[in-house]
Parts: sequence; structure tokens; C-alpha cells
Amino acid sequence: MINRLLVANRGEIARRVFATCRRLGIETVAVHSDADVGLPFVREADAAVRLPGTSPTETYLDAALVLEAARRTGADAIHPGYGFLSENAAFARAVLDAGLTWVGPAPESIEQMGSKVESKKLMEAAGVPVLGNLTPDTATEADLPLLVKASAGGGGRGMRVVRALADLPDEIDRAAAEAESAFGDGTVFVEPYVERGRHVEVQVVGDGEGQVLVLGERDCSLQRRHQKVVEESPAPELSAETAHALHEAARKAGEAIRYRGAGTVEFLYDPQTGRFWFLEMNTRLQVEHPVTELVHGVDLVEMQIQVAEGAGVPELASLAARAPGGHAIEVRLYAEDPARDWQPQSGTLTAFDVPGVSVEFAVLDRAGLGRAGLRLDAGFEAGSEVSTHYDAMLAKVIAWAPTRTQAARRLAGALAGARLHGPATNRDLLVSVLRDPAFLAGRVSTSFLVDRTFDQPGEGPSRAAATAAALALAERSRASRTVQRGIPVAWRNVLSQPQRIELEAPDGSRSTVEWLGGRDGYAVDDFVVVAVTADSVTLEADGVRTTYDVAVAGDAVDVDSPRGHVRLTRVPRFTDPADAVASGSLLAPMPGTVVTVAVEAGAHVEAGQPVLVLEAMKMQHTVSAPHAGVVTEIDVKPGDQVAAGEVMAVVSTGSTTEDSSTTRDSSTTEGGSTTDESEEA
Amino acid sequence: MSDNRTAMLDKLAELEAEHAKAVAGGGEKYVERHHARGKLLPRERIELLIDEGSAFLELSPLAGWGSDFTVGASVVTGIGVVEGVECMITANDPSVKGGASNPWTVKKIFRASQIAEENGLPTVALVESGGADLPTQKEIFIPGGKLFRDITRSSAAKQPTVAIVFGNSTAGGAYVPGMSDYTVMVKEQAKVFLGGPPLVKMATGEESDDESLGGAEMHARISGLADYLAEDEHDALRIGRRIVARLNWRKRGLDTLAGARCSTSEGDPSGHAETYAEPDADSDGLLDLIPTDLKEPFDPREVIARLVDGVSPTNGRAFDEFKPLYGPSLVTGWARIHGRPIGILANAQGVLFSEEAQKATQFIQLANQVDVPLLFLHNTTGYMVGKEYEQGGIIKHGAMMINAVSNSTVPHLSVIMGASYGAGNYGMNGRAYDPRFLFTWPSAKSAVMGPAQLAGVLSIVARAAAEGRGKAYDEEADAGMRAFIEASVEEQSLPFFLSGMLYDDGVIDPRDTRTVLGICLSVIENKAYSGTDRFGVFRM
Repeated sequence: MINRLLVANRGEIARRVFATCRRLGIETVAVHSDADVGLPFVREADAAVRLPGTSPTETYLDAALVLEAARRTGADAIHPGYGFLSENAAFARAVLDAGLTWVGPAPESIEQMGSKVESKKLMEAAGVPVLGNLTPDTATEADLPLLVKASAGGGGRGMRVVRALADLPDEIDRAAAEAESAFGDGTVFVEPYVERGRHVEVQVVGDGEGQVLVLGERDCSLQRRHQKVVEESPAPELSAETAHALHEAARKAGEAIRYRGAGTVEFLYDPQTGRFWFLEMNTRLQVEHPVTELVHGVDLVEMQIQVAEGAGVPELASLAARAPGGHAIEVRLYAEDPARDWQPQSGTLTAFDVPGVSVEFAVLDRAGLGRAGLRLDAGFEAGSEVSTHYDAMLAKVIAWAPTRTQAARRLAGALAGARLHGPATNRDLLVSVLRDPAFLAGRVSTSFLVDRTFDQPGEGPSRAAATAAALALAERSRASRTVQRGIPVAWRNVLSQPQRIELEAPDGSRSTVEWLGGRDGYAVDDFVVVAVTADSVTLEADGVRTTYDVAVAGDAVDVDSPRGHVRLTRVPRFTDPADAVASGSLLAPMPGTVVTVAVEAGAHVEAGQPVLVLEAMKMQHTVSAPHAGVVTEIDVKPGDQVAAGEVMAVVSTGSTTEDSSTTRDSSTTEGGSTTDESEEA
Repeated sequence: MSDNRTAMLDKLAELEAEHAKAVAGGGEKYVERHHARGKLLPRERIELLIDEGSAFLELSPLAGWGSDFTVGASVVTGIGVVEGVECMITANDPSVKGGASNPWTVKKIFRASQIAEENGLPTVALVESGGADLPTQKEIFIPGGKLFRDITRSSAAKQPTVAIVFGNSTAGGAYVPGMSDYTVMVKEQAKVFLGGPPLVKMATGEESDDESLGGAEMHARISGLADYLAEDEHDALRIGRRIVARLNWRKRGLDTLAGARCSTSEGDPSGHAETYAEPDADSDGLLDLIPTDLKEPFDPREVIARLVDGVSPTNGRAFDEFKPLYGPSLVTGWARIHGRPIGILANAQGVLFSEEAQKATQFIQLANQVDVPLLFLHNTTGYMVGKEYEQGGIIKHGAMMINAVSNSTVPHLSVIMGASYGAGNYGMNGRAYDPRFLFTWPSAKSAVMGPAQLAGVLSIVARAAAEGRGKAYDEEADAGMRAFIEASVEEQSLPFFLSGMLYDDGVIDPRDTRTVLGICLSVIENKAYSGTDRFGVFRM
């Protein structure tokens, strides 16, 4: 029996496991890096052990440190969560050797399924359909396009699509290099790439005795750069026969290796032909496990613990309180900027509130819910610091409803109404997807997000939002006056000009809001000002009143309304020349490490010429000259750590070009990967 | 809409048009040229200097009205809040003849200095002036010396002075930064020297240039006259704000008031209530209240109800009238404005009789006894004349009231709502009696007597003189004379004219009166005051 469980992980998955532990009466132990010390999972654990440092290698990936933490806290079991050490057979063995309970599959299963090449052979032998394995020598034009994948990888890491045979050797080399650097294993393999394929996976729980419980399938086709974004269960537009065939194939896969614990068998499904192929098996809990939990009414973490404690399939099956039903959709809310090539974002999450949440980290009690319910699994909370050291995922939001469209509507509504202030998020994109007719019709595929561009449903820096921001700022100034406090705002006996507040939109464009104060309060052109407080402004246009909620954190002004969210930045009235950034300065787009400096001070550069390369979250960002000119300043050298916004170099020009730009070279980032992907496939 | 309202709105529209002339400064061409040089207009500079969302009470905006000079007299003065500190701000308007000072400019700056001195305000001067308007130098040069004297006296009185130099500040003008406690000069714009290159060449033969004689860089690095070198105008204003932020300013009036008032039952120990209600009646109603014909009296209680704090938990009654049954032609009583206690004297029936004069005298003494500022609301045709009243001692009683007003040491505020004629203007604390602030409504009229009366008096005197000489009186000439006198006195008793003469601190929209008084009462707290117990000998 497990009494004290250590979760060798962080963020929402640690909280998720803790939640079940609390329900079962198991004590909890957290381990955390220095960067994570303020996150909720550390606080929620009964005991927390610091892993000194910030990088994953120094902390969550250091098996010895984790085991030492278990020893010091007297933990008798370790749950690895997903990512990090979850699919590390050596770690699993070390846990077992230390006499602790390993809440996961047998190390042998991890090894068998860890190699994509080996696992495919194994599955083929078990009668599970697999995609043909190709090499540069065997691949033909007819096989195009091809996919190069890292054997040891997961998610998008080391994955490259090849559309011309001539490119194949180079792409293999690159993928191998990436895999080598990311996993320490450069093995890659090549398989045909199904262009409009769907990613359908089956949840299994085995008892290690050869019995496997199948808990339906999930569709995880909606991906961007091979990273899952929207997941659901059951899979839409899937015939009962195909679903059944998938389930049976997964069962066979699990049985073949006498799988123990929760696992997921992933398939590539071609809706054109109705065929499917085994891709890989993930020997751990998946990020998207909640959709299965909501549809089947089961707690998968509880099942994992029960299996670890020796439960058999009949016992597990009894945990499923009821027959599966309804539809669940999960979205992954990321701190990333879809408009800037999904660049991960960092900073303080000044507001984090999803309206209408029914449960957190728990199975919905559908009986008491009425028609739809919302679940939130968040690793962060308002006030949390989001770093770029790890996964950029802020939270998973999951809706359950009797039908798929109801669930999608519920989820879209909750996301649209959420207060997410701080780093940019992919929220608007998620809302667009959930309201997209093709999505609602079930026409999903892995290229869904590549094939389509979505208009941002957010209103962007509209006049109304900017006006609301400016008036709330003015009202804040008014309310914080220390003298003449009762005098009307911006009162003038001789009027010479309107008051002006300048705001910068996320895209860098600036606009000035002009307003008048005086006897009758605030007045602006274009809108009737109905009400103004420091955090809410109601404007009327064309007889329609809209209320804008305005939150201010430093210079950042977040405006939320039924028309969406926009984060504006207040342009200060004055800038101390000593603080001004020289024109032509190259600023670090995010915290990171300088990898290379391509030019020397004094060199002449053309516009767009790479000046230096910055690595952040294992992605390389090329910082290019914003314009032609002379490099007058190089402030960094390879190996230097830079903070976001730090001046790294200055390119001077005779002209008065103001904008400095940092661009990412897509060729260096495509197929590159972020830490989140190491934690989850 | 009432006739009264229509008439008042017309007058307010005229007022706005006159203010617009002041704002327009030197006109479109000069404003454009100024902007093209990347420079800001005086009011643009002020808007950047003062705190966001704070009020700016511009003073004497109509200075020079009716003269040959541009309305506003090429300078902007007013009280603004900088980093939470109420400051007297002056700003030359370089779009008007290069910001040159004319006689009205000087008078306007004198008035600003007087207000700063009386109320203990720091001063921020936004300097860019080509010096004196030479054709009128005789009216400027000798009295103008006071400008510099006032700067250093202000400094000595612990009212810091800040000069931000945006452009020319040469010859005598150089002493504005020269006399100031803090100076900021804008790079490549400020020019501060006693004599420019041509004058130096003539005087000593030395070849020189503007920059080496008086550039901002030179003054910041070599002469030391500039304490701060600003990159540009915005930067200069930023620095100016930082200077004020570091003045360690506290409103000294509050220190003494706190001691004096802590025993009062209403209001907090700082002397005024933190929370208060807006007036019980809407200020908009003031537009209906003032009759187009000032012969028609109006009830000042209706005005008071629209100016003073309404009933609230800390203010049991909006206006506690004193001696309501005695001397009913003058209303006296206590109230609060923006939480601050005030005693109010308001004319009710125009004429002041002996009773009213005695009531006013007592009331002014009472206010001094408890250190409460006074507000005078003018609508008076003066002290009563006639046998009965002369014999009843109206002169003695009027003199008592003027004695009390003159020697009272609590701050006085005056608003001329309607008529302000004759010695009534004096007794009600007219300009000569130095109220801290005096504002005028567009409906006001002020003169020694009404135009018709004045013309009539002249006519009677002339007729008597003709009769004395045994000559027939020329009735036709008399009618012409009367019409002319009436018209010119009428014109000279109107608010724009009086404001142009600096006889008030500005003409205001009646609806803004509460706001203006609220600002004034806050400004007053920058200097300690207490009521007197020493008046002149009251003739009994």
C-alpha cells in the first residue's frame, strides 16, 4: 500500500496526481526547481524538496536527486507524471531498486516501446498494422511525402516532413543531430507521411498479468508543429467498426507486452481509406487523459495507483462507475504567441480566471451538473511567474457535454470569457478552432491548423478597447490624486487641447486616445461614455452599450470584453533619455543563451542579415539586422545569458529607422522543439 | 429654455470665443512655424508638466482684452498640480511676438507672483521670451524689476522657484533663470545671455556666437547657470516634474489648521472632511438664476445651495444661516465647499443698509475668531443713500464693514455674480481689498455706479452748473452726452473689460464656480493663516 507518494514532475500534472492522492488519503511530496518555487504544486504538497537549479537536466531529469528527495521525505512511491523521467527505464529500475513503488509500467515495457523501430517490429509480430519502414535507399517517389522521426523522441521533436527524395539524406542528418542533442540517441527512421491523416489513440490500462482494459479512443489530430492543441473523446466521424478495430488493436498491443498501468497506443488513421497504423505506444499517463476520464467517469491516476498496488483488471473495471457517455473536448492553453510563430512567452500571469469551472483535477459528477460541465487542470494561478525554462502550457480546459457541439460551444464560451493577463496565449486561436464550422463538422486532421488560417476572434486593438483602457487609466490617476481630490477630472477653465493617452498594441502599433474631462466627466469622440471606474468602462456606440473590464499591471493594460481580450501597453508620458533604447538595437526576444555571434563590431550588414543566434527552450532564434548599416555595438558573446528585452547589439544607420526587429529563421526552428515536447508526445 | 438661461449661454459662448483668442496665441501662421521647429505652445508645455487628470486653473486669461495687444498678453499663468504639488505656473507664449512682454504681460505676471506669495506656492516658469516690447518699454522697464525681486523673495520665503528655459531668455530675461532656485535648459534651444553677439561685438569687439554666449550646453557644463541639461522639450518637462517631486512639499496651512480645528464637531482633524456630498441642487440651475436685468434681485440662497456641500453624514445642514432675521438684504452663514469650512456673505436685495453692514462686520469677526475663510458673493448696488440713511449713520456702518474686510486675516474669495457698484464693491471685498482670488461671472457688472445713474448724475450736475451760470441747458447735447456716457460706462463695467484690466482673476462659467472655489480653498492651504483679533478702530 502506498502511503506517501512523490511526484517527479511539476505544474499541472503534479497537481493532478496530488488531487487523486488527497482523495485516496495518500500523503504527497513535490520536488521543484528554483524557477518553480512559487507555483501552486509546491505549496499544495505535504512536503516539497528543492532541486537546485533551473534547467531540466539539473533538476527534474536528475534521477539521483529525485531518489534522494524520496529518501529524505520517506516517500514509498514515485509517480513520474509525463515527460521528464516518465519513459526512462533506467529511472524506473532505480526506483524499484530503491525499494519504492513505481507508479508506471515495467521498465522492460518502457524499453520495448521506447524504441520506435523496435516497437513497430513487435507490433507487426502481434498483428497490429504498422507503417512501412523506409530508408534513403528503399524510398521511392511513390512513397512521398515522407516523415523522418527520432526513434527515442516524442511529440514533434526531431520530426521532419520530406517532400523531395533529394532532401532525404540531409533531413535525416538534421533530425539525427536534433535527436542526439535532445535525447542523447540519434537513431531516426523514415516512414510514409499521411498528408491528411488523423491522430487517434486508445487509452489502455493493463494489470501486468496480460489483461488489458480499453477505455475508448481519443482524437488528437489538431496539432501545430506536431504539438497537440485540441483533443477529444470519442473521436468524431469514426465508424463503430473502425473504433472497435482500433480498440482491439490497442488491446492486442497491450497484451503482447503484458502491459502494466496506464498507457496509450497511438495510431495514424487515414479517413480516406479507413485504414490505420500503429505509431507508437506511450507508456505513461497522457496530457489529454482528462477527456477519457470525463467520458468514462474514471480516475486514471487512481487506476495507476491501484495497479501499482497490485489490482487486477476486474477491480479496475469496477472503478468505472458507469457506462461511458457524452463527449469531452480538451484544449491546451499555452503561453505562446501564435502571431509570432508560436514563440513561447514568459512573464507574470497577472490574472488567470476561467469562468464556470465545475471541477479541477477531478472527474465531473455528471449527475449533478445538468447538461454540461467544465474542468480545469492548471499548473499556474494568478500571480504565477511563467518562465521559459519548461513547458509553456498554462492549463488544460476540458468541457463535457452530451454532444460534441455542445461541448465545443461550452468550451469556446469559457475560453472567450477567461481572464488571461500576462504572457500572450493561444486562447484566441483555440476559440476560433472550437467555433470553426469544419471543426464542428468533425473534419479534423493533423494538417488542420496548417491548412487554415484563423481570424483572431479578439477585437484586437480596437478604438473602443483603447478608449476604455485610456479612460480607466485616467480614472486611476484621478483616484490617486493627493490634492484637489474632489475636483472634476482634467478640469480646465480655458480649454486648449484634449487629454492624450498613448497606447501600444501587441503588434507594436501605437494609437493615441484623446479625451476631455471637466464638469460633466469624461467625454470622447465616437462613443458615449456611460460609466468609468478604475477597472471598468462602459461605452455606447450606435445605441449599443459594451462594458470593458480593464486591469492594469505596470504599463500593461488588459482589456476584456464580450468582444475579446487585448493587452495594450501604456506608452509613458516621458522617457528618461538615459533609459531610451538606441535606434537599431537588437533586443533579446526572450530569455536565452547566445549561441553564435555572426558578425563583428564595425562590420557592415545588409537588412535581414543574421547578426547572432539565440537559443531559448532549445529553439534557435536568429536575430537579424533590422536594416542595412554598421554594427556599432556587440554586447554579448557566445554562452552569455540574456534577459528578454536586453540589448544584444546595435546596428546603426544613416536613416532614421526606428524599428528594430528580431526575426526567427523558420528553417532553424522548424522541427526544433520546446521543452514541453520532451514532457509529452 | 428660460430667457435667463439663453442670455447666459450667449455670454458663455462669447467668453469661449475670447478664451479661444488667447489660446490661438500669435495665430495659425506663427503657431505652425513654432510647431515646425519641434517646439510646443505654452499650454502644451503646461499640459505635459502637470499631473495627468489634474485640473489647471488658468488665471487672467483675458489680460489685455480691449487693448492693442493679443488677448492673454503673451503669457499663460495658472495653478496646476505637479507631482501632487500645487504650483504657480507661468509660460511665455512665443507664438505672440516671440513671447515679448508688454505692459499687460508684466501686470499678469505680477498678479501670478502675488497669488504665489499670498498662498505660499512654488513657482515653475516655462521661459521663452524675446524680452520687453520695446515701444512700450516705459511702462515695463521700471516696474518690471519687481519680476526678479519677486522670484528671489519667493525663494527666501521657502517657496522654491523653478525656471525651465525653452528658448530666448536674454538681457533682463536672463535673470529669470538667474534668480531661480532650479534651472533647466533645453539643448540647442535655450539661449540665455545678457548681450547677444552683435551687442558684444559693439561693446568689446569680441566675435562670438549664441551657443558660446548662452547655449544650454555651455550653461550646463561651463557657467553652471543650468542645473539640468534637457535633451528636448519633453525631457525638460520631465526634469521639471522630478524637481518638484523632490521639493519635499507639504501644505503648511494644514499643520496649523489641524491644531485649530481638531475640536470641531464636524470634519476631520486636518480641517476638512474627507468625504462630502455634492451640492443639494444641480449647478446647472445657476444658468436660470441670474436675471438678464440686474435691477431684478435674485435669492443668493439659490446660488449657495448650488455651490456648497450637500447634506451628508458629516454635514448635517448644507447652509447654516447666521442672523437670518436681521439685515435681510445680506445673507450670511456657514457652509462647506469640498469639505472645507467657509463663511459666506451674499447680497440679497442689492442695497446694503446699516443693519447689513453691521451684520457683515460681526460675521467677519466671527470667521476670524474661528479661522474660517470667507466667500463674498457680489450682487450689490452699493450702500443706501438718502437723508434717513445718512442720518442713521450709513457711512459709519459701511466704514465698519470695510474696516472688517480690510483687516480680516482669514483668506477671502470673491465672486462677482451680478452688480458690484460703488462702495458696495469695497465692502464686499472688491479687487482693491486683495481677496486671495476674485472671479467674475459673465453676468457681472462693476462700476462706481450704474451707467444710467452715472449719466444722470452728470446731467444733473451739468444742468445745475448751466443754471448757475444763468445759461439755458442744451437738452439735445445733454441727451447725446448721456447716451455716450451710458454706453462707455456700460462697456467699461462689463466682465471682459474688467478682466482685461486684471481687475479679476478670470471670468468663469457659473457652473464651474464650485470647482474654482474648491481649487482656491485647496491652494490656500499651502500657507498657514489665522484669523485676526486686531481690527481698525470701529467707529460706533
